[in-house]
Amino acid sequence: MKIVMAIIKPFKLEEVRDGLTAIGVHGLTVTEVKGYGRQKGHTEIYRGAEYAVSFLPKIKIEVAVADDLVGKVIEAITAAARTGQIGDGKIFVSSIEKAVRIRTGETDADAL
Amino acid sequence: MNFKTLSRAGLVGLALAGVASAALAQTPAAPVPNKGDVAFMMSSTVLVLLMTIPGLALFYGGLVRSKNMLSVLTQVFAITCVVALLWVFYGYSLAFTNGGGLNDFVGGFSKAFLRGVDATTVAATFSNGVVIPELVYICFQMTFACITPALIVGAFAERMKFSALLLFMVLWVTFIYFPMAHMVWYWGGPDAVGGAAKALAEAGADGKAAAQAALDAVNADAGMLFKWGALDFAGGTVVHINAGIAGLVGCILIGKRIGFGKELMAPHSLTMTLIGGALLWVGWFGFNAGSNLEANGTAALAMMNTFVATAAAAVAWLFTEWAVKGKPSMLGMVSGAVAGLVAVTPAAGFAGPMGSIILGLIAGTVCFFFCSTVKNALGYDDSLDVFGVHCVGGIIGAIGTGVLVNTALGGAGIPDYSSKPGELVTAAYEFGPAVMAQVKAVLFTLVFSGVGSAIIYKIVDVVIGLRVTTDQEREGLDIAEHGERAYHD
Repeated sequence: MKIVMAIIKPFKLEEVRDGLTAIGVHGLTVTEVKGYGRQKGHTEIYRGAEYAVSFLPKIKIEVAVADDLVGKVIEAITAAARTGQIGDGKIFVSSIEKAVRIRTGETDADAL
Repeated sequence: MNFKTLSRAGLVGLALAGVASAALAQTPAAPVPNKGDVAFMMSSTVLVLLMTIPGLALFYGGLVRSKNMLSVLTQVFAITCVVALLWVFYGYSLAFTNGGGLNDFVGGFSKAFLRGVDATTVAATFSNGVVIPELVYICFQMTFACITPALIVGAFAERMKFSALLLFMVLWVTFIYFPMAHMVWYWGGPDAVGGAAKALAEAGADGKAAAQAALDAVNADAGMLFKWGALDFAGGTVVHINAGIAGLVGCILIGKRIGFGKELMAPHSLTMTLIGGALLWVGWFGFNAGSNLEANGTAALAMMNTFVATAAAAVAWLFTEWAVKGKPSMLGMVSGAVAGLVAVTPAAGFAGPMGSIILGLIAGTVCFFFCSTVKNALGYDDSLDVFGVHCVGGIIGAIGTGVLVNTALGGAGIPDYSSKPGELVTAAYEFGPAVMAQVKAVLFTLVFSGVGSAIIYKIVDVVIGLRVTTDQEREGLDIAEHGERAYHD
């Protein structure tokens, strides 16, 4: 089991969800986050007062999947979230030691 | 503009003189308020209240950080309530009665606690023989007294102690606003001037001197700036320059907000600011058209001017900012609208619509450069640009009024009540004296309110202390001062 965590542009969330649903992913956790990478921040101007906003709003999604699905998940997220512009985001994959479905007590692959 | 109220006895006297030639007119007919005028003035009055709460409160509230939202709303609402009470206790009397030896500067206490005022007493308008109930006039002027100190709040938002603010405002309206209103707006009214002028015209050779003295006395019974010939239809000097300079002095004396220029101080809700700004515009029709005190063509002119000057200033700020800063911002557009409203305030019933558009275009452009460039260069922290919008816009409007009142430029002309007694005619326009009267009024207001406000800030600083502690300022005034939060997420 792996957990795939991706930081994406907020307006790409729906496309990413559609892409993941199409390859058989049944669940997804979404968090609104802020951060910066190579895109850095942007400037906001209020009546001439300029502010450098260094943390930009992003969406973090987390998907837990069986090992054999990881490649397709990465492919689906990449395809859906890419604009080609700086700031498209990143994907991180890590291993899961254990998974439990709270309602039934099922574990690991059965719980995903 | 304004006047004093006429006693019923005085009106009876005037009416008697007017009908003496009519055979059957033995019964004196004092002017009776017209129901249309009364309804118009009541509507205008509540529109001006709408400008303050929630209009100004939301306009300012949206511009501060969310931790200070309630402090701004509370300050504006509390000022409105406190000043409304002071107005009927002694404010109206200080502004709109004869002040004896000090009459050039301030009125007296003869109508303190509304003594002598009831549902039958009337106030003059700008037309001969037209009056409105004095109570309506008092309510209408009350809303001006309430909004003017509330405007100042924006200059030192996010750092002033609430108790200090209340004490400051009580002193400020007492020693600055009420006298300013008296100096600019107190006069005898058209019937008093017309009646005395008529008496002079009809006086025989032996009565000429006495009649002339009587007319001089009527003309002398007015505030100092009014006698200078300064024109201020709805409050360019009394309201906007007055509040704007008091704000500038305040933000300098209180000091910059912690983290000013280093930390993010972006407005927390420009949605609120748009709602507030739009309510200001709507309410401003009561402010400007209502300042005509009767529902007639001049009120319609003021309404038209309040539409087009505002639109012109909003467009001017929007496009200037787009050209200079790269993007057309909503905040810029709304700020431009307010600058236009401020600039057209003294001119509303004097300038023509095309003149008002020019006024708006100038105000929108100049105020933009002031708020975006000049303020940054000077480095003071006028949180919400009270000076850059209200004082600068007010000065443009006040001086512009002296130019645009000229009938040759489409203006309404300078009113003259004595050349043809009983009628309102237009006095000859002379550029130099007209503009100089405005410049003098502007300079006087800047000095009087600037110095007076500085003294009051110092007194409050000694008695209470102007500013909250560093920790309280960091935590936000909502929790620190009022024990509540605007938003729960």
